[in-house]
Amino acid sequence: MTPIGRRLRSFSRPLPEGRGRRSAPLGAGALRAVAAAVAVEERGAAQRGAGGPWDRAVRRMEPRRNGGGADEKPRRREAENPRRWNGSGTGAGSAAAGPEQCEGGGAACGLRRDSVRKNRPLFPWFGLDIGGTLVKLVYFEPKDITAEEEDEEVENLKNIRKYLTSNVAYGSTGIRDVHLELKDLTLCGRKGNLHFIRFPTHDMPAFIQMGSEKHFSSLHTTLCATGGGAYKFEQDFLTMGDLQLRKLDELDCLIKGVLYIDSVGFNGHSECYYFEHPTDTERCQKLPFNLENPYPLLLVNIGSGVSILAVYSKENYRWVTGTSLGGGTFFGLCCLLTGCSTFEEAMEMASHGDSTKVDKLVRDIYGGDYERFGLPGWAVASSFGNMMSKEKRESVSKEDLAKATLITITNNIGSIARMCALNENINRVVFVGNFLRINTISMRLLAYALDYWSKGQLKALFLEHEGYFGAVGALLELLDSA
Amino acid sequence: PHLGSGGHGSLDKSITLPPDEIFRNLENAKRFAIDIGGSLTKLAYYSTVQHKVARVRSFDHSGKDIENEPLYEISVQEEITARLHFIKFENNYIETCLDFIKDHLVNTETQVIKATGGGAYKFKDLIEKKLGLKVDKEDVMTCLIKGCNFLLRNIPHEVFAYQKDSDTEFRFQTNHPNIFPYLLVNIGSGVSIVKVESEDKFEWIGGSSIGGGTFWGLGALLTKTKKFDELLQLASKGQHTNVDMLVKDVYGGACQTLGLSGNLIASSFGKSTTADKEFSKEDMAKSLLHMISNDIGQLACLYAKLHNLDKIYFGGFFIRGHPVTMRTITFSINFFSKGEVQALFLRHEGYLGAIGAFLKGAEQDNPNQYSWGENYAGSSGLMSTSPDVYPMQRTRSGTFDMFEMDRLERPLVNLPLLKDPSTYIPDTVDLTDDAMARKYWLTCFEEALDGVAKRAAASQPDSVDAPERAEKFRQKYWNKLQTLRQQPFAYGTLTVRSLLDTREHCLNEFNFPDPYSKVKQKENGIALKCFQSVIESLDSLGWEERQFALVKGLLAGNVFDWGAKAVSDVLECEPQFGFEEAKSKLQERPWLEDSYSQWLERLKGPPHKCALIFADNSGIDIILGVFPFVRELLSRGTEVILACNSGPALNDVTYSESLIVAERIAAMDPVIQSALKEEKLLLVQTGSSSPCLDLSRLDKGLAVLVRERKTDLVIIEGMGRAIHTNYYAALKCESLKLAVIKNSWLADRLGGKIFSVIFKYEVPCK
Repeated sequence: MTPIGRRLRSFSRPLPEGRGRRSAPLGAGALRAVAAAVAVEERGAAQRGAGGPWDRAVRRMEPRRNGGGADEKPRRREAENPRRWNGSGTGAGSAAAGPEQCEGGGAACGLRRDSVRKNRPLFPWFGLDIGGTLVKLVYFEPKDITAEEEDEEVENLKNIRKYLTSNVAYGSTGIRDVHLELKDLTLCGRKGNLHFIRFPTHDMPAFIQMGSEKHFSSLHTTLCATGGGAYKFEQDFLTMGDLQLRKLDELDCLIKGVLYIDSVGFNGHSECYYFEHPTDTERCQKLPFNLENPYPLLLVNIGSGVSILAVYSKENYRWVTGTSLGGGTFFGLCCLLTGCSTFEEAMEMASHGDSTKVDKLVRDIYGGDYERFGLPGWAVASSFGNMMSKEKRESVSKEDLAKATLITITNNIGSIARMCALNENINRVVFVGNFLRINTISMRLLAYALDYWSKGQLKALFLEHEGYFGAVGALLELLDSA
Repeated sequence: PHLGSGGHGSLDKSITLPPDEIFRNLENAKRFAIDIGGSLTKLAYYSTVQHKVARVRSFDHSGKDIENEPLYEISVQEEITARLHFIKFENNYIETCLDFIKDHLVNTETQVIKATGGGAYKFKDLIEKKLGLKVDKEDVMTCLIKGCNFLLRNIPHEVFAYQKDSDTEFRFQTNHPNIFPYLLVNIGSGVSIVKVESEDKFEWIGGSSIGGGTFWGLGALLTKTKKFDELLQLASKGQHTNVDMLVKDVYGGACQTLGLSGNLIASSFGKSTTADKEFSKEDMAKSLLHMISNDIGQLACLYAKLHNLDKIYFGGFFIRGHPVTMRTITFSINFFSKGEVQALFLRHEGYLGAIGAFLKGAEQDNPNQYSWGENYAGSSGLMSTSPDVYPMQRTRSGTFDMFEMDRLERPLVNLPLLKDPSTYIPDTVDLTDDAMARKYWLTCFEEALDGVAKRAAASQPDSVDAPERAEKFRQKYWNKLQTLRQQPFAYGTLTVRSLLDTREHCLNEFNFPDPYSKVKQKENGIALKCFQSVIESLDSLGWEERQFALVKGLLAGNVFDWGAKAVSDVLECEPQFGFEEAKSKLQERPWLEDSYSQWLERLKGPPHKCALIFADNSGIDIILGVFPFVRELLSRGTEVILACNSGPALNDVTYSESLIVAERIAAMDPVIQSALKEEKLLLVQTGSSSPCLDLSRLDKGLAVLVRERKTDLVIIEGMGRAIHTNYYAALKCESLKLAVIKNSWLADRLGGKIFSVIFKYEVPCK
């Protein structure tokens, strides 16, 4: 891991608007890692009897209804226990003590008390989703702050608000997706804007250090976090940032976020969209889709890995399957094959490549369609199949390889999603996750593949806020809990 | 020298092919098929094999001195049987092989060669030019499925499940009487998923482009390693956790408390998302292998679920017997199906296409009407997966591997009286599983080998080359035994039966069709002379004493077993060893397994409708043991079907010998005579030439008769048929299994002593 000091400096130094293009690599979606996890043998794993760790993991993948499941409740409650401030903070910090300490406190406590009274959590409101590759952070910026409130707003809180809202890039790797910002949102009776920020998971220590420097713990808010990283970095938050995370179930958050964002819309536009005429390159176009009555739907979250959920209602959903061939695989293979180092770079290369030089198509084997099985000549028979030949290996470009990697991973996800939709008898498939960021190629291919192989029975849907739903869900949990 | 087991690193394209090892019987070959894959060519041809067979023929005894004449005449005749040959070799050798075929091909009727596989197109001109045959292309998938159905129906232990970290990596499956429906997942460069519902009905239900070509192509790009096998080798040495993002990489140490398995892969290649780090070839190859195997397993499970199937057979060059891929695929299927679906593999998977193409061309011969059997003497067997012989042996085995199937004279079916044909396992001890037993029996067969070879040579005193052939036989069987020591799973589950059968196949291979023919002839003659006095003494006994004497006679007869070393030693040095001496050797009651009292009680009840008896040895056993017993059953009003082997095995009585014996007994005994005449005693053949008995592969005529006569009692006699096999066989009707244990090791295992008696009378629970 990079020394925290360096990271810290790079992260906390604000960049002016317009910079910070060299951003985080891949968007890892709200991967509930176990969900996406795929088998790998371990010595002796096969022999393990019932009740072994293996068994438990498998059992966790069995049908889950009514959200998170009973087993997660105690854990959550435990996390809710606020840590007492240790009193050794700075002067500003002492003003922002928790409710207990505020009894009979100064004026600064007024706003904080007000929030508590109105069943609102204390500001700032964050939702954090720490994935395998990428951290997604949503931040609610209250815009209805009165002058009085502004006066009373503690210094630390103000600093954080100003820092986040006046920059679009944080350090060398943090990015605010300005185009996704939701304006004039009403949350818990407060009006404001919702900001969407992402940075690579490997910069997590720097982020925590920054929180510590900005005396985040003094604000005594609850930090709601989901994703595997909520567990992985729990201890770091505690020791480095003096912060106790409230850990939330990844899938609960994801679904909550999807349903909420779709319901509020995207600044007056539809959050959900689809591609009309996906099989016709000329006529294919992106169109809004009304997801008012969403159930049942198959939710395919493509982060580093892929999770597939069948959603029957807000509280009734089931993890169906997952695959380890996800965004991380595309990006990882691209790095190895082309030497690229960012997701953007990989996507850029892919957009200029020709995968048919790399893949062996049905027509390469049969000269045309394979009629015996109704396979069209353009279908890929073997991904990277042409690369078995030395001559062909020498004649392909990096762009071709990047494109083939993208097509391989996308087709595979499409094919698994289609089989799950058939097995679950669901015909709407919603694809989310940061793999789809700046990735129209994959979205159109998914739309096309689902339509073609299901003979028009399945519809692929997409959401504008791609990878942020887990973080949104975490934020909503914060508000719900108050 | 056996080509398949050499140890040379580099291979010469211009190797000379030893005709007695590969491309056997080419001069009689008449129908060809070829399956050319990406790297291996599989050639199939049909040929006829000339065998020497021992025939017995009754003399015309009228007016001759019966006393001093042998009972019947034995003649060695030529017999022509049909055999399917399959040879697998690397595409590099295709030209050498075609030249060889051209030079040795005599049959000029052959005009066409059926061809399948991706390479058929590429090599079409070469084949047509070299062989002067017209290449007739057949659809790849149709051939694969035809081949698969053919193997599933004809070859016992064709199918196995793969278990790593187990003493027996291969878990062979009993052939299910109904093979359909199943899913065939063929992993070539891409993946095809086919649902097979019947012989002619199959449907391509899906596929995936991520297959063997992806492993190979992507693997070559990542590791700069060109060969598929080398990639697999790299993979078997790698650590995928350096490249893959695991659940524990995402969740950290919390996995344990959350009950997550931290070692599951969250994202394949998820750790290589950086340009700064180097990854080892081995690690990348391993990660790629896991990625592809898991993906295929997942899709296969999704398709199996959608179509409600629980059997998936895997094939294609990605699998082709590679332990690494069988392991990862099996793991993936177990994981994704939670154990509900079984990943299955085929011993002769590489030959599916060639078999199918051949069958396509042989439709006019109706090969599906016959039963076929694997010729253990001419087939290479499954290769070892142990690391010390891998990969050299694997590379070599890819060079020349052979598989031969003999067309059986008669179609074989299940005994209709089997309680559950799908779970019936003939063999009592699985030597693949039981290392102690394996060691014992392999040594036992090794020690007996010199004697068997000597007897084989001695059985053909007029043949000049008999000693030479006997030596070749000895060599061949010895080599088979050594192979089996290393690879007990080579021909399916290793059993005493398979060891015995392999020996018979090897004897036949070197034209020793019936080494015991003269011994049997002599013993039959001697026993016949005693028949009347035995009957007289039996008839003088009271009912209950007689029943016991009959059983004792049956058991005593069973002592005369040349297959058992303890007995053959006695018989070698004491040729006059008699019936009475045998009786005295028997264990006193209570026997080791003793339900005689229940049997006696049963005899006091109503007679059985019809008894089916599987006879064992020639001579005293059949004549003084079985026939008096049959005579008693007939007298009770029970019809009898007496089943003897179709072909010779040791000193077991054959069907044709039994006909002569019955005829001679009928001449002395009115009960037998009238029963034969009235068809109350029926002599049939089992369809087998084995000293053991597989009740799932019996002559169809026998099965029909058993059903027609409403058989309600099955009697199985002898160590081979009632102990080595069928000891635990469950039948729908009453059964009697009896034998004398003539092997002290086996006796010891069963908790008894040598010459202990097994008398197992079983009544099925209602």
